Amino acid sequence: MRRHLLSVDDLGGRTGIERMLELSESFLAVTRRDIPKVPALLGKVVVSLFYEDSTRTRLSFETAAKRLSADTMTFSVSTSSVKKGESLLDTVQTIQAMGVDAIVVRHGAAGAPHRVAGWTDAVVINAGDGRHEHPTQALLDAFTLRRHRGGLDGARVAIVGDIAHSRVARSNVAIFTQLGAHVTLVGPPTLMPESLAGWPVAVSHDLDDVLNETDVVYLLRIQRERIEGGRFPSLREYSQRWGLTAERAARLKPDVVVMHPGPMNRGVEIAYDVADGEVSLITEQVTNGVAVRMAVLYDLLAADGGPDDGAESARAHGARP
Amino acid sequence: MAEEILIRGGTIVDATTAGRRADVFVRDGTIVEIGEHLDAAGALVLDAEGCAVAPGLVDIQVHLREPGREDSETIETGSRAAARGGFTAVVCMPNTNPPLDDAAVVQSVLARGREHALCDVRAAGCITKGRAGTELAPLGELYDVGVRIFTDDGDCVSDANVMRRAFEYATALPGAVIAQHAEDPSLVAGGHMHEGEWSARLGIPGRPAEAEIVIVARDLALARSTGGRYHVLHLSTAGAADLVRRAKAEGLAVTAECTPQHFTLTDAQCAGYDPVYKMNPPLRGDADRDAVRAALVDGTIDAIATDHAPHAPETKAVPFEEAPPGMLGVETAFAVGHTELVGSRALTLQALLARMSWQPAAIAGLGDHHGLPVAAGSAANLAVFDLTRSWTVEANALASRSRNTPWAGFTLTGKTRHTILAGRPTVIDGEATR
Repeated sequence: MRRHLLSVDDLGGRTGIERMLELSESFLAVTRRDIPKVPALLGKVVVSLFYEDSTRTRLSFETAAKRLSADTMTFSVSTSSVKKGESLLDTVQTIQAMGVDAIVVRHGAAGAPHRVAGWTDAVVINAGDGRHEHPTQALLDAFTLRRHRGGLDGARVAIVGDIAHSRVARSNVAIFTQLGAHVTLVGPPTLMPESLAGWPVAVSHDLDDVLNETDVVYLLRIQRERIEGGRFPSLREYSQRWGLTAERAARLKPDVVVMHPGPMNRGVEIAYDVADGEVSLITEQVTNGVAVRMAVLYDLLAADGGPDDGAESARAHGARP
Repeated sequence: MAEEILIRGGTIVDATTAGRRADVFVRDGTIVEIGEHLDAAGALVLDAEGCAVAPGLVDIQVHLREPGREDSETIETGSRAAARGGFTAVVCMPNTNPPLDDAAVVQSVLARGREHALCDVRAAGCITKGRAGTELAPLGELYDVGVRIFTDDGDCVSDANVMRRAFEYATALPGAVIAQHAEDPSLVAGGHMHEGEWSARLGIPGRPAEAEIVIVARDLALARSTGGRYHVLHLSTAGAADLVRRAKAEGLAVTAECTPQHFTLTDAQCAGYDPVYKMNPPLRGDADRDAVRAALVDGTIDAIATDHAPHAPETKAVPFEEAPPGMLGVETAFAVGHTELVGSRALTLQALLARMSWQPAAIAGLGDHHGLPVAAGSAANLAVFDLTRSWTVEANALASRSRNTPWAGFTLTGKTRHTILAGRPTVIDGEATR
């Protein structure tokens, strides 16, 4: 049966997540070589189908595909027939007719990659759908934390900001908790999901309270548009109450790390200097993103015969760059 | 030559009897004789052995998409689907293009109905011009061409003063009722499914139950102060059901309807992101679904209406958030009601028919022709249901021009066998006569 990566749930629980993180580890080694390229997906075609603007995710997927020797095509809404009114269904069927192996979908509507998966024979990878999920972001964040601290068992993670509208939050809650972390969602009540039934998390509206007992501070992007919807009064008030200001950063315990999925609003959810400071893993997140996406593409496209020996195969491929 | 039909061997179920075995003889649009072993003479004989013979069903909320979206449904195709569902009368909602805010447009719909339809097609009229919610539509002119239900369906009349004036003005029009799509626009803006556990998990922006509750509460206050007659379209929440229950106990002139999907399905159906399960008001959670069903059983909700809302396939072949809301309903409504409510013994067959025939007929002012007892002298608008027939719904097998049924794959018990409109068969043995 065709496998997709539409949600963190598709990774197969803790075992599957850890297997993917192991695989990412071997691809990180590949990316550090003089010639960071392996022929694992030679002849495969990977299409980026991005209905929303994106810098890091699209470039990260394309870099990952190229380093696996896949052919890549980029679909950008602004220069395509979507401008002429072509529907998502027809676009997908057009791409499919050209013969592609994987479609990486970014879309503003939740569930759009699920719909695409129902219309194509290709592997579909969710690169962010509305406020639903962003599973490769969650994988790269888990990978970054694991590399940094050896594992997430017992780690106390505070996810801070606009949880309600965040696909990163949904995916990261799923992956962090499955790896044994304790997650606390922090932010104004108006930016919490409408229901947390079934979410294995704690909730706090007091960032200072939480910072005393946290190992990881994961900040989410705050969007100015939310002010118009009455979610909070001003960026200034948000920053004072829920932003990682320089003062708050100075009070962090020495081993605390700070993460952000980007793009950042420096001066709103994170102070300018904190983003570049020693506590920040933000650049490392981006670097790791390529290795994790190589692992995902490899797992879904190359390991058709036996996903179990993915890591070994990767090393084998890596042995003859 | 007289047109004669003999419905032979069935059991009559209507407002006056829960079951009387008798033949029914129809001549020239009227029931002329009820009795055992009637002589067919030269009449067309419709076998009803083992079936229920009932007044034809009345659906007070359908969208037949004409004029404006004839690619998704027409008065002819939609009325054919309705006839196959056992309906003899339907009330078209005014959210056509152009909208039914003008007597001439209403008359054209009624004329199209008389010419092409397999049902008695009536029209609801707009409350406000262009359904814009600001200025009253010509309620009196619409009334004069036959409109009895006024609504901006699809769009809630959110301006409290406009709603107040509509209630007041309509009290001058005997039998007129102000019907509301009760969802406060400010609370549902940008929302696509019920707000709750599932929307939070799926990341689909929600439409909270409170959007319905606050509008129904406000409208009931206005109905009380104006003496206006109020009807809640497709009621979907426990909170609104409680408000209507209390208003009825108080003696207000209020009625309510619900759809088969709201007393059967829940928001969990949206988990696969299939827009066929998208409608407004949205499918709700278990507690609301159960409360709607309880309100239907205890009489708080007077009628089952389908909100039959055909959408051309390409409009639903999109992400959930981009699809228009609405589901097909007329051809499956009786079977769903029979399976879910009579099959579970929540309602008797007679009580189900009350909610699908004579009670909605009374709300819409159709009681002189539809929902009448199956007795000599009554207009011959009848439906014959095979209550033991089990069938599986297939979208492609329905008569609608669209295929957006949420019931595809459901196995239902009970199916329309014959439908008779004004003394002429529109459906014989499950097939439309034209």
